[in-house]
Amino acid sequence: MTTPIPVDCRYTQEHEWARTEGNLVVVGITHHAVEQLGDITLVTLPAPGTQVQRGDSFGDIDSVKAVSELYAPIDGEVVERNAELDRAPESVNQDPYGAGWMVKIRPRDTAQLEDLLDAAGYAALVAGNG
Amino acid sequence: MAAPLRRTPLYDLHRESGARLVEFAGWEMPIQYTGILAEHEAVRTRCGVFDVSHMAPVDFSGRDALAAVQRVTTNDASRLEVGGAQYTLLCTPEAGIVDDCIVYRLDTDRYRIVVNAANTAKDLAYFGVHAGHLCHARNRSGELALLAVQGPATVDLLGALGADLGSVARFSIAETSLLGHRLLAARTGYTGEDGFELFVAAEHAAPIWRALVGAGAVAIGLGARDTLRLEARLPLYGNDLDETTTPDEAGLQWAVKPDKGDFVGRAALLARRSAGPPARKLVGFRVTSRGIARGGTEVVDDAGAVVGRVTSGGPSPTLGGAIGLAYIPSALAQSGASLRLLQRGKPLDAELVRGPFYRPTPSRSPGDAP
Repeated sequence: MTTPIPVDCRYTQEHEWARTEGNLVVVGITHHAVEQLGDITLVTLPAPGTQVQRGDSFGDIDSVKAVSELYAPIDGEVVERNAELDRAPESVNQDPYGAGWMVKIRPRDTAQLEDLLDAAGYAALVAGNG
Repeated sequence: MAAPLRRTPLYDLHRESGARLVEFAGWEMPIQYTGILAEHEAVRTRCGVFDVSHMAPVDFSGRDALAAVQRVTTNDASRLEVGGAQYTLLCTPEAGIVDDCIVYRLDTDRYRIVVNAANTAKDLAYFGVHAGHLCHARNRSGELALLAVQGPATVDLLGALGADLGSVARFSIAETSLLGHRLLAARTGYTGEDGFELFVAAEHAAPIWRALVGAGAVAIGLGARDTLRLEARLPLYGNDLDETTTPDEAGLQWAVKPDKGDFVGRAALLARRSAGPPARKLVGFRVTSRGIARGGTEVVDDAGAVVGRVTSGGPSPTLGGAIGLAYIPSALAQSGASLRLLQRGKPLDAELVRGPFYRPTPSRSPGDAP
């Protein structure tokens, strides 16, 4: 089975993706994560202005069965949260790399992105997970 | 080394259909086919079929079958006519809940208790210890598959397959046939909807499953089974009930009939009752703030002290928002209207809900109370 892994994103071990857009980094969770979670019913995201550090848990993703945490891929400040997900959390299931994006972060140091997995590295991680 | 997982007669069909399979109580079972929300909605609005063959039908037969069933259960099985069914409990001598079950009277001297998969070995040992001198409890699991067909369209769907079951009352069981195979159909379930549970010979399970799905029944996994039962406020053994909880604490005192004669746990139940009302009660709640309280969430009082615990919790697909069950002090259960919850340090507000969260739109079924 194949899972979409866009090459223009970087990935965490915890299945977040991070994509550079201008001087911001957009963050969401991967198709593989969505497959594991099942139907997502509630997404709780930090308010703009929240300072986050790489590895911080800064949000909750509730699926029907369980809650899981969202981890920050880089240090920075949250400048926008996807408020559409309040009304339509299923967007994360339907379009995890697009309409299902979660937050935009102004990074403290974009070089941190280089520490994340690239698409090939993430594909290997997912394959290893079976 | 862990024992290999058991598989139901429908395992290959589940694999073929792309179901996600998980370990559940020693069985490899489908947790979902297409998605829990879609499956949940199918049962609420149309018809779904569940493979619940991991649950064990245990038969008691012979002259002392009733005496054996009466000895090991809290409800009064002597009230059952042939073809009747009732919810009942098994209790420890200390009045803790060993299991919650449905008992069916199949014939004059033949009863069937369907036990939870996680408790099968424990319950069989329990039957042996407490009623083995009266009657051998025969585990029919393996021989029989159990298919639950649930939802408002169930009677029509089974009728279209030639099983005319519309006249079977709720909480009763009758013989019928599907695809030419004789089987027992019980108008019971674990979803809050009308429906039937079909006891099917293992070798006929796959063709009958295919026929049900072909007729429009949607395959439903254990994930939606859990959200459906929670909306109907049906307790789940292992979450809401265990050997540290009593029937009175769980609000199941209606399934205890001390006047029927002796049974395991009777003396302890009566001793507890004479000492006063239980210190804690299982209550239903709806989360009024943003968030979903899961099992394990703490219930706190105004001073922030932990006074109780959520035992089941999750989103309610039919009603929206989040619901759950929690054990809280009886005083709070009686006087309180709201609850304060603390999930992993995060506060949530909830209001108490009495009775089922969800009730199906009334359908006319013989045997329903007027």
